Amino acid sequence: MNWSWMLPPSFSTVSGDIDGIYMVILWITGIIFFITEALLFYFIFKYRHKEGRKAAYDHGSTKMEIAWTMVPLVIVLWISVVSKGVWDTVKVDVPPAGLEIIVTGKQFEWTVTYPGPDGALGTSDDFETLNELHAPEDEAVVITLRSEDVLHSFFLPEMRIKQDAVPGRDITVWFEAIQPGDYTIGCAELCGIGHTTMGGTLTVYTAADFQAWSSSQAQQQQP
Amino acid sequence: MSTIEQEMVHAAEGGHHDDHELPFIRKYIFATDHKMIAKQFLFVSLFFLVIGGLLAMMMRWQLGYPGEPMPGGMMLPDAMMAPTPDGAIMLPEFYNSLVTMHGTIMIFFAIMPLLVGLFGNLLIPLQIGAEDMAFPRLNMISFWLAVPAGILMLASFAVEGGAAGSGWTSYAPLSASGEWTGVYLGQQLWLASLTILGFSSLVGAVNYITTVINMRAPGMTWFRMPLPTWALFVTAILILLAIPVLAGALIMLLFDQTIGTGFFRPEVGGEPLLWQHLFWFFGHPEVYILILPAMGIASEVLSNRARKPIFGYHSMVMAIIGIGFLGWIVWGHHMFMSGMNPLLGTSFMISTMAIAVPSAIKTFNWLATIWKGDLHLDSPMLYALAFVSMFIIGGLSGIFMASSPVDIYIHDTYFIVAHIHYVLFGGSLFAIFAGITFWFPKMFGRMMNETLNKVHFGLTIVLYNMVFWPMHNLGVQGMMRRIYDFTQYEYLAPLQPMNQFISISVFLLVAAQSVYAFNFFWSIFRGEKASNNPWDSNTLEWTVPSPPPHGNFPEMPVVYRGPYEYSSPESETDFYPQTKPPSKPPVQELIPEPVTPTPEGF
Ligand code: HEM
Ligand SMILES: [Cu+2]
Ligand SMILES: [Cu+2]
Repeated sequence: MNWSWMLPPSFSTVSGDIDGIYMVILWITGIIFFITEALLFYFIFKYRHKEGRKAAYDHGSTKMEIAWTMVPLVIVLWISVVSKGVWDTVKVDVPPAGLEIIVTGKQFEWTVTYPGPDGALGTSDDFETLNELHAPEDEAVVITLRSEDVLHSFFLPEMRIKQDAVPGRDITVWFEAIQPGDYTIGCAELCGIGHTTMGGTLTVYTAADFQAWSSSQAQQQQP
Repeated sequence: MSTIEQEMVHAAEGGHHDDHELPFIRKYIFATDHKMIAKQFLFVSLFFLVIGGLLAMMMRWQLGYPGEPMPGGMMLPDAMMAPTPDGAIMLPEFYNSLVTMHGTIMIFFAIMPLLVGLFGNLLIPLQIGAEDMAFPRLNMISFWLAVPAGILMLASFAVEGGAAGSGWTSYAPLSASGEWTGVYLGQQLWLASLTILGFSSLVGAVNYITTVINMRAPGMTWFRMPLPTWALFVTAILILLAIPVLAGALIMLLFDQTIGTGFFRPEVGGEPLLWQHLFWFFGHPEVYILILPAMGIASEVLSNRARKPIFGYHSMVMAIIGIGFLGWIVWGHHMFMSGMNPLLGTSFMISTMAIAVPSAIKTFNWLATIWKGDLHLDSPMLYALAFVSMFIIGGLSGIFMASSPVDIYIHDTYFIVAHIHYVLFGGSLFAIFAGITFWFPKMFGRMMNETLNKVHFGLTIVLYNMVFWPMHNLGVQGMMRRIYDFTQYEYLAPLQPMNQFISISVFLLVAAQSVYAFNFFWSIFRGEKASNNPWDSNTLEWTVPSPPPHGNFPEMPVVYRGPYEYSSPESETDFYPQTKPPSKPPVQELIPEPVTPTPEGF
């Protein structure tokens, strides 16, 4: 059993920042957790009823109220500021695409559409893979995420990417992998009876290997 | 309430007679007395709590032992279980119904009616010194709307296609048409049931608000109100404003399901995200509806059992009100990944972080309340302390999810499930245990057995943490929520032992609740007889007999001071009831303004 609070390893250009904020929050909340729980247990022990004990007649202290309003406020606002930067990098500022693809969710599979040799989507040399996403390392993969039926959520745990696919909308989501290998694709939004089976594999290649894979696919899938 | 339960209530009150005896049906069934309605809500919600627990056990069987035959599964119909020679294996569609119905029943039919239906009804009139609710018949209607809602919800298990299976959040378009799930009637019953329940809550809320504003006893100024009443008052306002939004959304979804409208169906021009905005605009205030009364109960019990004034009464009230306001501008934190404009994510992150502050203020005030106290560690106090301890964990895990980039990874994982249960089970439910135990004598005229309660407390706090703490770890490992068979994912398969550990702990946790159930029913009949004021409390409900007569207060109480004057040097005892006239010549501000018994007292 893994009782660890450490995130599993991640492999994208932004995942380190996400994991970093997680660690910061883990430290902050961890310290607050230990202090508050320790105080609670200490007070329970120290002030438990004994013959002759009389409770202090004390209604509070404005100074203390101000202190424990301002300190948490400053902490959470600081976390927000740090978080905003990373959020913008991941979700708002989409970098120039190294590879542009379309990912379409439908009950219960992911279809990935690649641009083919001409490098442009929506042309006749486009080709598809099912429940497999193939991508080069060190290139921003910019995905247009779609759904044909209900909500799905496109989840790449090792890339720290999650984005709901919404029917009727094109949603842009991107990642840039930093290491070749096989990774998980999951569906994180309940989408019906087969939701549990809606997984797949993300395969990241070196640039050269990806070229090779891509052209062989393009050839195979051409009529 | 079944007839057996009614008889039990009847027996519990045996010997005690009001001056004007009502016919059985008016007294126990179509009752208008707020205390009886409170008990009706109590019994019905406890029944649903048990149902919700059973659903959870089935779910946990599948997660602990994926694809293995479930003990007793043969007794369930083929629509739920696939029979094999070795036994019956759970079907994924039934699993989805279990997830949905567990959440729905626990939130809407157990925790909410316990906090609002039980404690709202029981405490508000008694704590402000009113003879009953402002509108007793409306109160009766509120309960009798909840009953058919509950019946419809349960009935949906038996209809073709099974019960609703798109989560308690019922996201469209999955929920908008049976073609995606195979659930038609079940989903419609779910929608109809919650719409009816919504009316029940609305009617109750109007009643609570009116009662608190108009019926406070002379001298019961706003800032002499006990904190449970304050919390329930703000909760009622949240209900009044949030439920209509839910009801509107439910009816729109029901139309999408039944008469082919397209509010949420994109293929006919609808917008799935509209459902999420409406649902969470209701849903976030709803989670505060589920915690504010619990905070009030915990505050009351902590101050009383610490024999010490609540620390920072005014900032406690301000924190409740602050949460009441901020709760309306944070709903988008449930939608960081939904596809709404990501720029909105930042605004919602900041507002969500801000709402953690009033929760922190309350926590520090609770700690300061027991600091230098004289702690009577009996069972209500243990439950209340557990509330504080567990709420800290739930509040802190909220910070992780409030940070939108971190939420990218943990959204829709078991981390969220852990958070929900630390606030709703560790928080709300422990406060409910504290409250039921604390006010049991006022409801039934008898005390609960202290030893059994301590056994129950010990088992529950340990097993509860064995169940829900590791869910954080599952979430951190990336295990999604609402997933029928996580072993389908290679990277999740190693989590099987931990899931099994959790499941076994759940079975024991549910079993341990029988101690409380036994104690509850046993004490109704056999518990030690309670005096008027067994906890040496200051608030008004303890000045009248246990249980109080019809009309509550034989004469109009007059209030001289705040509710938490424990260990005051002005009093010979370590408590100083709100109604006790000052022994010294009164200082100017202690004089209750209207001395004639008028209902205002403001
Ligand atoms: C310190 C204050 C809190 C913060 C910062 C906070 C934050 C959050 C966030 C950001 C989410 C969405 C997570 C996601 O889906 O990815 C969430 C979910 C949730 N929270 Fe909290 N929360 C807090 C307190 C509470 C309280 C007091 C309750 C209720 C008693 C509560 C009940 C819930 C529930 C039920 C959900 C899950 C809804 C669902 O998706 O099924 N939270 N919380
Ligand atoms: Cu899915
Ligand atoms: Cu929320």
